[in-house]
Amino acid sequence: MFSYAFMVRATIAILLISPLFGMVGTMIVQKRMAYFSDALGHSALTGIAAGVIMGIANTTVSMIIFGICFALLLNYISRKGLSSSDTLISVFASCATALGLAILSRGGSFSNYSAILVGDILSITVTEIIQLVILFAVIFIFWYISINRLTAISIHATLAKSRSISVRVMEDAFAVLIALLVMLSIKWVGILLINALLILPAASSRNISENFREYTYFSMIFSIFSGVAGLFVSYFTDMATGPMIVIIASVIYFATYIYGKDR
Amino acid sequence: MRKIIPCGFHCIKFVDLGVSFGDQKVLEGINLHVHCGQMTAIVGRNGAGKSTLVRAILGEVPYTGEIQFKNKMNNNMPSLKIGYVPQTVNIDRSTPLSVYDLFQSFTGKLPILFNSKKEHEHVREALAEFDVAELIDQPVGTLSGGQLQRVLLAMAVHDTPNLLLLDEPVSGIDKNGMDAFYEKMKYLKETHDLAIILVSHDLDYVYKYADNVILIDKTVAAAGRPKLVYETDAFKNVFGKGAAGNV
Repeated sequence: MFSYAFMVRATIAILLISPLFGMVGTMIVQKRMAYFSDALGHSALTGIAAGVIMGIANTTVSMIIFGICFALLLNYISRKGLSSSDTLISVFASCATALGLAILSRGGSFSNYSAILVGDILSITVTEIIQLVILFAVIFIFWYISINRLTAISIHATLAKSRSISVRVMEDAFAVLIALLVMLSIKWVGILLINALLILPAASSRNISENFREYTYFSMIFSIFSGVAGLFVSYFTDMATGPMIVIIASVIYFATYIYGKDR
Repeated sequence: MRKIIPCGFHCIKFVDLGVSFGDQKVLEGINLHVHCGQMTAIVGRNGAGKSTLVRAILGEVPYTGEIQFKNKMNNNMPSLKIGYVPQTVNIDRSTPLSVYDLFQSFTGKLPILFNSKKEHEHVREALAEFDVAELIDQPVGTLSGGQLQRVLLAMAVHDTPNLLLLDEPVSGIDKNGMDAFYEKMKYLKETHDLAIILVSHDLDYVYKYADNVILIDKTVAAAGRPKLVYETDAFKNVFGKGAAGNV
């Protein structure tokens, strides 16, 4: 199987992305931001559309820029607290998705972009793997520096503020980080499934963890295991990789749910 | 933390403090002195502005007027360090955080992704002052209201604040727990160099333990020793004539 260069590249890519998903997912679940990350995934379409309109050849760049702006906008609106944030996020996500679909479908050309819906990890190139290595380093450093503050904010924002933690800066930085992770990996896992990969390992880990170290490490292990196993199973069964990873991650979730209930 | 006999000279002054939401004045003309080594209880009916005052002190809501931190020569002191204990925190049973994680995330430098003997011991010592050292590895979702509050208190006084600001919990604590809580407050003000402001709902405990009582009703309706405040007309208007009957 590893005699194919594309399988080697795909395996490396999975080993880079999956621990990040496991780790960042823990805080998305802890801060109840599942809607937020889902909306970001959908906004990738709009990012591509914006790139196409402005004639930017590399749509990854336009996706990242749009994703960061969109994430900060969602944070800004949620802070205003005019309406409940899940409603607002849904409104903005639907709007952005529709806009993206409308633009990309102009002249019946959407089929050119439909690959982004399910993703294709087998097509990843060496340059793109290097991008993932940089992302990997950035996220791990951010995590080391910020995890205590992010956790504190998730428990009680006012209490965190009283200990001179800058809540707004941390929330915005975390939102930008999610945007980077989502936009740089969406081509490989697909818009439809990316949120499942962010949420499932952390949710599984939450079923069985009693402290933060267990939470983080189990989530990363589940994520890496689902990623690698999903890739290999998809190779032998000739099915798409993304869905296979999500199926395995779901099985882990149900197993931990049943196991955790008896504790 | 270090134990110091309170000097009694530091003072936190509220000068003409006011808070408005839009056109609506929630608080106005609040003038108060709070001294270290004393417990000041804030009482008032629901909606009188007690929590707004707490939020103003924390800098959560914009306010007019000033909050000053003075020493005995009436010179300004460096910034006021506040130890805050909220009424409740959002922790459900499934939260994958131990008491150590909770404590460390708010107070520590070492990321909670790691655990070191030294940090663990450090947190255990801080918890021991509030008799909850044995809870250190327990998930926070399984603590009782009283236990959680002691952990939050240990966090609040951990790095020697000048002001301890507390919202008394209204649920999850029985009478024994309340007794223990107020005894602990008494112990804190006697052994640490800090002022205590406590928003309270229990007039009996306030009468027994507070040095000063402030009755808030949009402004300071009455202030002073509990005995004096409880006899004012303003107090009787808010709580009814019999409210302080059994003290």
